[in-house]
Amino acid sequence: MSADFLYMIEVVINGLMAGVLYALVALGFVLIYKASGIFNYAQGVMALFGALTLVGIMEGQVPFAHIINATFGTDLHQFGWTVPALLAILLTVGVMILLAWMVHTFVFRHLVGQEPIILFMATIGLAYFLEGIGDLMWGSDIKTLDVGIPQGGSLWVENLSSGLGGEDFYGFFIDKLDITASVVAILLVAGLIAFAQYTKQGRAMRAVADDHQAALSVGISLNFIWVLVWSLAGMVALVAGIMWGAKSGVQFSLSLIALKALPVLMLGGFTSIPGAIVGGLIIGVGEKLFEYTIGPMIGGATENWFAYVLALLFLVFRPQGLFGERIIERV
Amino acid sequence: MLYREAGDFKTTYAADSQTFPIRSDRWRYFAVLAIAWGVIPFVIDDYWANAILVPFLIYSIAAIGLNILTGYCGQVSLGTGGFMAVGAYSVYKLMTMFPEVSIVVHVILAGGITALVGTAFGLPSLRIKGFYLAVATLAAQFFLVWLFNKVGWFYNYSASGQISAPERFVAGVAVTGANTAPWAQYLICLAFVTVCAIVARNLTRGSVGRKWMAIRDMDIAAEIIGVNPLTAKLSAFAVSSFFIGISGALFFAVYLGAVEVGEAFGIQKSFLVLFMCIIGGLGSIFGSFAGAAFLVLLPVALKVLGVDLLGWPSSTVAHLQLVAVGALIMFFLIKEPHGLAQLWRVTKEKLRLWPFPY
Repeated sequence: MSADFLYMIEVVINGLMAGVLYALVALGFVLIYKASGIFNYAQGVMALFGALTLVGIMEGQVPFAHIINATFGTDLHQFGWTVPALLAILLTVGVMILLAWMVHTFVFRHLVGQEPIILFMATIGLAYFLEGIGDLMWGSDIKTLDVGIPQGGSLWVENLSSGLGGEDFYGFFIDKLDITASVVAILLVAGLIAFAQYTKQGRAMRAVADDHQAALSVGISLNFIWVLVWSLAGMVALVAGIMWGAKSGVQFSLSLIALKALPVLMLGGFTSIPGAIVGGLIIGVGEKLFEYTIGPMIGGATENWFAYVLALLFLVFRPQGLFGERIIERV
Repeated sequence: MLYREAGDFKTTYAADSQTFPIRSDRWRYFAVLAIAWGVIPFVIDDYWANAILVPFLIYSIAAIGLNILTGYCGQVSLGTGGFMAVGAYSVYKLMTMFPEVSIVVHVILAGGITALVGTAFGLPSLRIKGFYLAVATLAAQFFLVWLFNKVGWFYNYSASGQISAPERFVAGVAVTGANTAPWAQYLICLAFVTVCAIVARNLTRGSVGRKWMAIRDMDIAAEIIGVNPLTAKLSAFAVSSFFIGISGALFFAVYLGAVEVGEAFGIQKSFLVLFMCIIGGLGSIFGSFAGAAFLVLLPVALKVLGVDLLGWPSSTVAHLQLVAVGALIMFFLIKEPHGLAQLWRVTKEKLRLWPFPY
């Protein structure tokens, strides 16, 4: 096999890995959208907030240290302890659940029955709010997140695949972190599907997604289910935040992957969990391939807009996405 | 007592259909115009022009533009930043290609070019709506910013990739470039704002605006009563982009002077203008001004309060500003979805009855 072709395959594989992370964020969108019809723009910021909180807890930072110091003239920064990763993750999950409850109780409970676009704008407001709170609590400097996930290129894959090409091909370069992320994503999706299919709460969740009023009439508490889906979405966001944060540091750009999830959902359909995964993979591979093949001809950095333009084209020809339900309002 | 319509009789059709039918509204409008044109230019200084008044005026035009599209026609757009960039780069190209033509003509032409681009990106609105359309306009935002970054022709192949406004004169007074007096900056923006606001107000009162509102309220019903959705939606995109293009052109040429596209016209700008429309009030020209004033004043007020009075570090105050904006957006959507304009309407309604409410 020629080296060019193999490089192409490497680009595709790396695209798949990036797509897994898009899919993780998109998954959180789908969960909330199915159950409450809210299109949660804040999903990416929730990932950022989760990752920031995790780092903060692990390193024993004092929350709101800057404000406390500025107001009382103290010099607090650290509690002086560190928390092991597993315990810190559990605590962060607790924080995300608390956040879900607060978001529901103080904001979206009052907006039930509003138009989808109003809800969408409210989540943009929520995104700003969370971003500011996250920075106020933990500071805005770029943090490194290390929860013990292996990193660096996988030698095993590299050695195994180097035999495929000629002399100038040294094997595929694949980050171990990406492999871990894919495995975690697969486990997460399997877990979510199992939860939705086989547990009582999962069944209730699907009932709410199907029909709010019918669900209410058989005694399902809508409030509880909404807090539940926001918590689940928060946990998915946390996982995405950990993976992305371990890869490129916990910083503001993390919240921008939320925007990438929008075209992912356009492709996959808003209501479909498999759609979110497939859409994420298509966008991941598509933008890497486009950048690799056509990018150099038109100046590069096409990754910024390729996904959106692809989604735009998709919208014109197949507005419900690949797997979505055919209930989109056409004009 | 303070505000009432009793005794305000109309004897002609023209008087009956004027923009401000109530006399005290009309007087207030003239008073605002008189202060804006007759008093402020003489007392303005550099700080007020650069920190508050000029950005307020420019954002007002952008907010009016987006309000036409989102508030009156119901089409959500997240591409405002990209369209402002189109205005900025068109005015730059026009200024450097035809230096002898007046900048006023250039700004208007830049608006026209933006209107064309906006209409092109508005085409998907014929098939999709809601946040599907919002994502489609995101494509405009990212694609346009990328385009202006990558294609050297747009920034005349300058080494830094920035564009900077050459000095131009209106009636012998510099309005762009480094030596512009604050009052000149203010006056040229004010001139554009006044004209834009009057045009927008009358468009939205007339048959075009009614068609937009019919589409917004229920597109199928609108089609049945004879509104052509194609022309109504595309005209909303065109008019809205025209205003946004003018504001982008002024933002670059008059206010900033030098611009790096990703920084000045990024996605944050789109959200900022959208927030102005929401906080001010969707579907209201007054609301566009109120929202722009609010979001221009909020950072200044927070900075004065936090940095100057309490002595907090400025980064903390910047984060606090995000929190405040986010919380206000949610608060307004919950408590007063029609924004500051609705608060103003309610106040007027109370004033009409005051002091005898029954």
